[in-house]
Amino acid sequence: MGAEVVIEGLTKSFGKQAIWRDVTLTLPPGEVSVMLGPSGTGKSVFLKSMIGLLKPDRGKCVINGVDIVTCSEAKLYETRKLFGVLFQDGALFGSMNLFDNVAFPLREHTKKSEAEIKRIVFEKLELTGLQGAEKKLPGEISGGMRKRAGLARALVLDPEIILCDEPDSGLDPVRTAYLSQLLIDLNAQIDATILIVTHNINLARTVPDNLGMLFRKELVMFGPREVLLTSDEPVVEQFLNGRRLGPIGMSEEKDAAQMAREQAHADAGHSDGSSEEDVRGVVPQIEPTPGMPERAGVRRRKDRVMRILNTLPHAAQEGIIESLTDEERARYGVHSHMVPAAAQSRPRLDQPTQQMAPVQPSPRPRPVEDPPRGFQGDLSDPQVARLPDTTWKPPGGAS
Amino acid sequence: MTTRTAPANFPGAGALRETGRLFALGLDVVVNVFRRPFQTREFIQQCWFIASVTILPTALVAIPFGAIVALQLGTLIVQLGAQSFTGAASVLAIIQQAAPLVTALLVAGAGGSAVCADIGSRTIREEIDAMEVLGVSPIQRLVVPRVLACMLVAVLLNGLVSVVGVMGGYFFNVVLQGGTPGAYLASFSALAQLPDLWISELKALIFGFIAGVVASYRGLNPKGGPKGVGDAVNQSVVITFLLLFFVNFVLTAVYLTVVPAKGS
Repeated sequence: MGAEVVIEGLTKSFGKQAIWRDVTLTLPPGEVSVMLGPSGTGKSVFLKSMIGLLKPDRGKCVINGVDIVTCSEAKLYETRKLFGVLFQDGALFGSMNLFDNVAFPLREHTKKSEAEIKRIVFEKLELTGLQGAEKKLPGEISGGMRKRAGLARALVLDPEIILCDEPDSGLDPVRTAYLSQLLIDLNAQIDATILIVTHNINLARTVPDNLGMLFRKELVMFGPREVLLTSDEPVVEQFLNGRRLGPIGMSEEKDAAQMAREQAHADAGHSDGSSEEDVRGVVPQIEPTPGMPERAGVRRRKDRVMRILNTLPHAAQEGIIESLTDEERARYGVHSHMVPAAAQSRPRLDQPTQQMAPVQPSPRPRPVEDPPRGFQGDLSDPQVARLPDTTWKPPGGAS
Repeated sequence: MTTRTAPANFPGAGALRETGRLFALGLDVVVNVFRRPFQTREFIQQCWFIASVTILPTALVAIPFGAIVALQLGTLIVQLGAQSFTGAASVLAIIQQAAPLVTALLVAGAGGSAVCADIGSRTIREEIDAMEVLGVSPIQRLVVPRVLACMLVAVLLNGLVSVVGVMGGYFFNVVLQGGTPGAYLASFSALAQLPDLWISELKALIFGFIAGVVASYRGLNPKGGPKGVGDAVNQSVVITFLLLFFVNFVLTAVYLTVVPAKGS
């Protein structure tokens, strides 16, 4: 199982310019998370801070009990071996061909024979669709191929944590879909914790288990995908729909006058740049390719999410329950309130969700670990909280 | 490495910070020299590269350098009436001062700038980051072989410059100034002594180290994209030159105090 990454109060600034403040989140082990954010909100800086390439001003980033921010150089290099990082442009070594690039981590860190290295490298190159290109130099191939080669290199050491910096930039939609599928398949095979930084909405809707968003120097929210996908937060809504109307401007923020002017244009019938339909809402997640093992992270996440269900906003609760099978609903003792049979629980439902509806703002976007107060279903509290066969433990402790 | 306090802000703080980082890199390099596995291949490649770009220019610079020393000293010494010591004086000047400096200037200018550009372009392509993330220290992997190569090439070139320079001085003194070959050669050992050669090689070694470390430091910290790499190369050469002359002054002063002149 992949490692858990606990980030607490991470703050980074370059000189006087703050990049983001007090980012607190937990990447649950073995799950796929996506960090969204408009260009220039410091998503890449966030990734680099996580692996200790940049020193945050304060805060903690704990992996397997090691705090990346304060640990010694030797510990840092040791911990980094758990990571596979895909950089924006692949970051291949320009003087080596693709084979040597992908073989580099193996030659550095393992005592494997050359024949075995060859086998592993070819396996990873095939996985990323690069067979036949192993003799090429990074300068001789397209950006998409460089990216895939970078991914192959990130994968050779079977990392526990995979970080991807905009895997989709410079790739066409079809290749992006293949890459998304590849990441999900990988997660199914090696159960690694994956964090993808992107601004591709389609990827964000279909790939992750958890979604977060950075904006205005803060983490707007981070939590189960359903929370962000059903959010009413103006920033999230605008971003998901790709509209000009909303708090995000061409430069990072916009003023009230600009907003009023755009609203007036929109009212006058000028398109705001989005398609008409609202793309929010929970869509089915990508499944591993048939034949792949089941993703262990999905089951763990389901247990975890059901446990904090009553702390989530109403729309997210509905989305989650909708996505469960009948069998699972029975197991967790919840039922959808969309179906008429549940109408009787409706009046009781409104009152508690009202007070939970406001999305918990940053800096503490992590759902608060209240003892479950019982969902509005028919079961009493302890029964909802008691999850059968769960291996999930509340986050907070190291690994 | 602990949580950073607010950076100090007083005039010159930036310069001090840079100096400190440069020094820290120098220390890191020294520590990493002893870390296994040693990058033999990279070291040999870098030696070959630096030597190939510096040998010819160094030799070409050494001949006129030996010549001007010989000419200048020749006229001066004739006025003082000590013609027989022309050879000795030019040998001292060339071996102790000219050879290490010429060597270092060329190692810094030709070799160091190439090293700086190479590491700088790797930095902006995120190769250095990628290497660190893969758990490989770029200092041990890239910087140490380059610095050692600079040092080795500087020491070897220093020998070359000494020989070529002395030969140039001989040629100009004997052929153009009408000096006597015998007197020129015989006076070699009159003033010069073995420690002169040692300090010359030691200087070359230290200058090579400085050239390598400064080039690597500027390469690892370029500011703002491809243009930053160009600026970094420029700065690395200038900074190296400034440091070289200062360190040369210190070493010369120490040497003259510690080692007594011959015959005194």
